[in-house]
Amino acid sequence: MIRTHIKPDQAWLSIDWKEIWQYRDLLWIMVSRHFTTAYKQSILGPLWFVIQPLATTVVFTIVFGQIAKIGTDGIPPFVFYMSGMVLWNYFAGCLNGASGSLVGNAGLFQKVYFPRLIAPISILFSQMIYFLINLAVFAAFYLYYLFFLKTGIQPTLWILALPALVLQAAIVGMGVGLWLSALTVKYRDVSFLLPFLTQLWMYATPIIYPASYVPEKLRMLYYLNPMASVVEFNRFAFFGVGTLTKETFLFGIGSGLLILITGLLMFNRSQRTFVDTI
Amino acid sequence: MSDYVIIADSLSKRYRLGVIGRQTLKDEFVYLWHKLMKRDPIKHMGKVGVGQHTATTTSAEDDNNDFWALKDISFKINRGEVVGIIGRNGSGKSTLLKLLSRITEPTSGEAFIEGRVGSLLEVGTGFHPELTGRENIYMNGAILGMNKSEIIKRFDEIVAFSEVEQFLDTPVKRYSSGMFVRLAFAVAAHLEPEILLVDEVLAVGDVEFQKKCLGKMKDVAGQGRTILFVSHNMGAINNLCSRALLLEKGRLVLDSTAEETTDKYLGYQVVESAVATEEDINEKMEGKILMDFPYVRLKRIALLDKEHNTKNLFDADEPIQISLEFECFQIVPDLRLVLFIVDKNDTPIYGSQNTDDTDIASKFSHIAKGVYKTACVIPPNTFGGRQLYLSVHILYPKVEHIVLNKILRFGVKFKGYNQQIQYGGNDWGINVWPLLKWSLY
Repeated sequence: MIRTHIKPDQAWLSIDWKEIWQYRDLLWIMVSRHFTTAYKQSILGPLWFVIQPLATTVVFTIVFGQIAKIGTDGIPPFVFYMSGMVLWNYFAGCLNGASGSLVGNAGLFQKVYFPRLIAPISILFSQMIYFLINLAVFAAFYLYYLFFLKTGIQPTLWILALPALVLQAAIVGMGVGLWLSALTVKYRDVSFLLPFLTQLWMYATPIIYPASYVPEKLRMLYYLNPMASVVEFNRFAFFGVGTLTKETFLFGIGSGLLILITGLLMFNRSQRTFVDTI
Repeated sequence: MSDYVIIADSLSKRYRLGVIGRQTLKDEFVYLWHKLMKRDPIKHMGKVGVGQHTATTTSAEDDNNDFWALKDISFKINRGEVVGIIGRNGSGKSTLLKLLSRITEPTSGEAFIEGRVGSLLEVGTGFHPELTGRENIYMNGAILGMNKSEIIKRFDEIVAFSEVEQFLDTPVKRYSSGMFVRLAFAVAAHLEPEILLVDEVLAVGDVEFQKKCLGKMKDVAGQGRTILFVSHNMGAINNLCSRALLLEKGRLVLDSTAEETTDKYLGYQVVESAVATEEDINEKMEGKILMDFPYVRLKRIALLDKEHNTKNLFDADEPIQISLEFECFQIVPDLRLVLFIVDKNDTPIYGSQNTDDTDIASKFSHIAKGVYKTACVIPPNTFGGRQLYLSVHILYPKVEHIVLNKILRFGVKFKGYNQQIQYGGNDWGINVWPLLKWSLY
C-alpha cells in the first residue's frame, strides 16, 4: 500500500527514487516520444541526426581549419572536430533539454502529478539516441582515417573509458540544466541567456582548438570547466595526444558532481510549488 | 485501526500576490536583505506590485498581498466513499484537488493518503498532436500513472469505450474534437487507482457520451474505490455521491450528505419559518387599510405539506398547501383572497383567487363576523424553480385592500420528472415547470 504524506516545506533533498523507478514506463514512453515527434512531417526524417553533426564538422573544418588555420595537435582536422563535437553535442543537448524541463512541461505539471525529475531524466536518454548516431558517424570516419590514411593516429586503450566520459557529460549537462530549469521558473531571462551561455561554454572547451593552446599557467583554471577534461580525455583516448593530467581530471569529476548535487537541490526545491508561480 | 484513506488536517494554501511582482534586481536584493535579517520580507517591503490575481481580491484576504485559496480544510474520507466537492468558481475546489494530487504543496497543514492516487483534472493531459491515437493511449496512460502492462491489459477496452477504432493509427491532430475527448476520457476512465480525484471533466462531449461517462464513474464507485468528484452538476453529485463537501471562499462550510450539501449550495434551504404570525403580518401589511373601522385582517399564513405539517422546503412532486386564517370584524359581502407566487426578481409567476373555485365561491359572498380558516393547495409537479415567495392579497373590493408582499419564502427541489435522464443541472432558472403530456406523430 502506497502511503503519501502531504506537507509543506519538505527537506531540500527528499527525492523519492523508488517512486521514480515506479514510473519507469513513463520514462521510456517519454524518451520514445521525444524521438518520434522530433522529425515528424520532415522529408529526411531521422537522416537529420546524421546530417547535422556532419555539416557542423564540415563547416568547422573549413572555417577554423582552412581559413583561421587553428592547429589540431597533429590530428587530422576533420576527425579532430568531430571527436570534440560528439561529446559536446550530447552535453549541450542534455543541458538545453533539462533546462526547459519545468517551464516546457508546465501545462502537463499543472494538471497531473508524476515525479518531475522524470522529465529531465528522459532528456538524458533521448539525447543518448542522438549521441549513439553521432558516435557511429564518428567511428566510421575514425576507422577510415585509422586504416586507410597514413595519419599516425595512436588509439589508446582508454577508448574503453568512453562510457565513463559520457556519464560525466550527462552529469554536468544535467546538473547545469537542473540549475537553469529552477531559475527559469522565476526568471525568464535565463532562457534568453541559455544559447549565449552554451556558445561561450563551447569556446571554453577544447572543441575548435586543442587544449595545448591554453597557457600552462592557466591550465588549472581552464580545467575548472568539467567539460574541458571530458573532451580532452576523449581526444587523448582516440588519438593519444593531450594535456590532461590525473589531477585535472579528478578535479573535473569533483566539480561535475558538485554541480549535479546542487542542481538537484535547486530543482527539487523549485519543483514543489513551481506551478503556483509559473 | 480506522479505515480512512484520506485525512486532511487544516490544509491551507496561500498565494502571495505581490511576490510575483518581485521582478527587478533591486527588489530581489531588498528581499534577500530582509530574509537575512530574519524578518518577513513581504511585510517590510510593502505592496510590491499587484500580481496577476487581482480578480480574486473579493476572497479571503489577510494581508494586502495574501490570498488564501484554501484555509484550514480538515476532513476524513473512508475507503470506498464517493464524495462530491461543490462550491462556486474560485471557492478552492480545484486547489484542494491539486494539493491532494501533489501538483503543488500546501502552505500549512498536512494530509495523509493511503493508496495509489489517480487524478483527472483535465481530459487529454499530455496528448501529443503528432502521435497517433494508439501512441497517445500509451503516453496518456503512463502520465496518469498506469504502467505498460496495465495499459496493454486494458487497451481493447479503452479503444472500445472511445469508439475511435478506425482512427487508431491516425495522428490525433486530425481528430475531431469529439473524438479527441472520447479517446482522452476513455484512457482516464480505465485508470485503476485506489483513489480517484476527478475535476469537472464531464462537461465535455455530447449527451450520449456524458451519460456513458457518468455510468462509468458509477461502475468505478461500485468497485469500492474512493472518489473525490468536483462538479457543478448537482444532479451528477446527487446521483453519484453519498457525501459532499461545500467550499466557500477557501473554507469548508458544510460536510454532510450529498443531498443536504447540494440543497445548501443551491439555496434551497430556507431558514425562515414557514409560518407568518399576526405580528409578522401587521408589520408587513400595506395597501388600503382601514384603521378605525376595519373589515378584515389576516391572522396567520402557513405553508403545509400533505400531512399538515408546516414546512418551507418542498419536493417538486409534493403538493403545497397554503393555509390562511383571517378575521372579519363585521359582515363582509364580498371577500376576495388572492395568492401570488413571486420569484426573487418580484415577477409574479403563478396565482390563484378564492373565487376561481365555483364550488366554494358563493361562501365568500356573505361572511359573518368571526375567525375563519381557508386553504388552497398547489398541485404537485408545478414548480421547477428553487426560491419562491408567497404574496397574499385580501380585499373587500373598493373598500379595503390589504397586500402582503413576499410574506413567506419557500424552496422547491426540482429533480426532473424522469429519473433516467440527467436534467441540465437545474440551472435553467425556469420557475414553473408543470408535468405536461407530450406526443409524437
